Amino acid sequence: MRFTKDHEWVRLEGDVATVGISKHAAEALGDVVFVETPEAGRSVSKGDSFAVVESVKAASDVYAPVAGEVVEGNAALANAPETVNADPEGEGWFAKIKVSDASQLDELMDRAAYDQYLATL
Amino acid sequence: MTDQSLKTTPLNAAHRALGARMVGFGGYDMPVQYEGVLAEHRWTREHAGLFDVSHMGQCKITGADAIAQFERLVPGDYQILKAGKQKYSLLLNAEGGIMDDLMAGKPDHDGLYVVVNAGNKDADFAHLKANISGDATLTILDDRALLAIQGPEAAEVMAAHEPVLAEFGFMDCARLMLFGVDCYVSRSGYTGEDGYEISVPAADAERIWNLLLSDARVKPIGLGARDSLRLEAGLPLHGHDIDASTDPVEGALTFALSKSRKERADFPGADRILKAQADGPGRVRVGLHVKEGAPAREGAEIADAEGKVVGKVTSGGPSPTLGKNIAMGYVPPAMAELGTELKVIVRGKAAAAEVVALPFVASRYYRKPKAA
Repeated sequence: MRFTKDHEWVRLEGDVATVGISKHAAEALGDVVFVETPEAGRSVSKGDSFAVVESVKAASDVYAPVAGEVVEGNAALANAPETVNADPEGEGWFAKIKVSDASQLDELMDRAAYDQYLATL
Repeated sequence: MTDQSLKTTPLNAAHRALGARMVGFGGYDMPVQYEGVLAEHRWTREHAGLFDVSHMGQCKITGADAIAQFERLVPGDYQILKAGKQKYSLLLNAEGGIMDDLMAGKPDHDGLYVVVNAGNKDADFAHLKANISGDATLTILDDRALLAIQGPEAAEVMAAHEPVLAEFGFMDCARLMLFGVDCYVSRSGYTGEDGYEISVPAADAERIWNLLLSDARVKPIGLGARDSLRLEAGLPLHGHDIDASTDPVEGALTFALSKSRKERADFPGADRILKAQADGPGRVRVGLHVKEGAPAREGAEIADAEGKVVGKVTSGGPSPTLGKNIAMGYVPPAMAELGTELKVIVRGKAAAAEVVALPFVASRYYRKPKAA
């Protein structure tokens, strides 16, 4: 699993990357009450706002950590947004993206580097 | 880490000890949540929530001319207000715009005790000071903290400390010895629930806060839940739902215009306000039920059924009590009828919304039974 400074995570299986927000991000947001995930077929560039997560207080953008084509948004989050709090780095995934270039992930942090980054915040 | 430009309340260390997440609000470093906004919201609706609202401005206006001088700045009749009562009012500018909303009461026989919003307090106090004359003195009570205890169990919690508080009705107030110190207490709040606001000496705030929290019915509640609770209660937040560009008629706050004051037309902006009341305002604050999609937040556009933009959301979000998305905003009076079908535009998408009555969640203020 790889992480961005904006607290998204990516897990690559073959050429499909599953993307979500980190446990740290989910805790910082607090109770998630609404999630908008991207539709299949949408092509995204790295850094695009491609999903929205909302707590009671505010809406936050989620940025695509990699470029590619969305193959699936997590439809289950529409009726159970609290899954993002319960299992942010598992069942609470946001989207699966078919990546155009797997080497993009090399630029992202591994778990140890991300933990170190969190310690500086 | 504390932002050094923010002021702190006397309870800052207590919030941090409880593990609160702190944010800047109204120039103060304040707790936005402790265990979580939803849990805190529900606790307040079911039990008793304790809020630190010491960032708000407290003052006294005293002297023989205090009430007459204060009345020059607000549309409420404070001459006829009985001792031991408080009344909601509005600080109006010369155009009738709402500079702030406030509570002013007669807790003792010494003028008025007034509470104003945190973000406006410096401007409010300057305005009050500049506009009162004769035998009227403004004293800022910056040596006091302000606590609010709200929820269906608040009255029982407080009665254990002072039985007389159980006999207060909604909007009754008093200056009395409580927790061994000199307090101002009112049966009021900003959640739609029964409860009290208690002004205590700053030096005693942490002791009283911890004493109240030692009751199993009481939990600390942050500003996050305070906002979702007041939204459900349909209560406007100054700087968002009302401001200096809105008048009391637009703001759906005409209950704050006392009959006698309207007859005398002697409050700031009276001409414009009374004309708006007679002719109908250009826009009016309404409640909306957002029936699909994401919550509509402050700034979201409101459109008519054909998609023409007719107004804006001023605050909104999920209602934990109702389990649906609610909002307040301004629309033309012709579209303010209950049941009117409108749309809200969130991130470019139009979602169905319907005008509904305020409050969204029925308030549970304690009204004393009338003597037979």
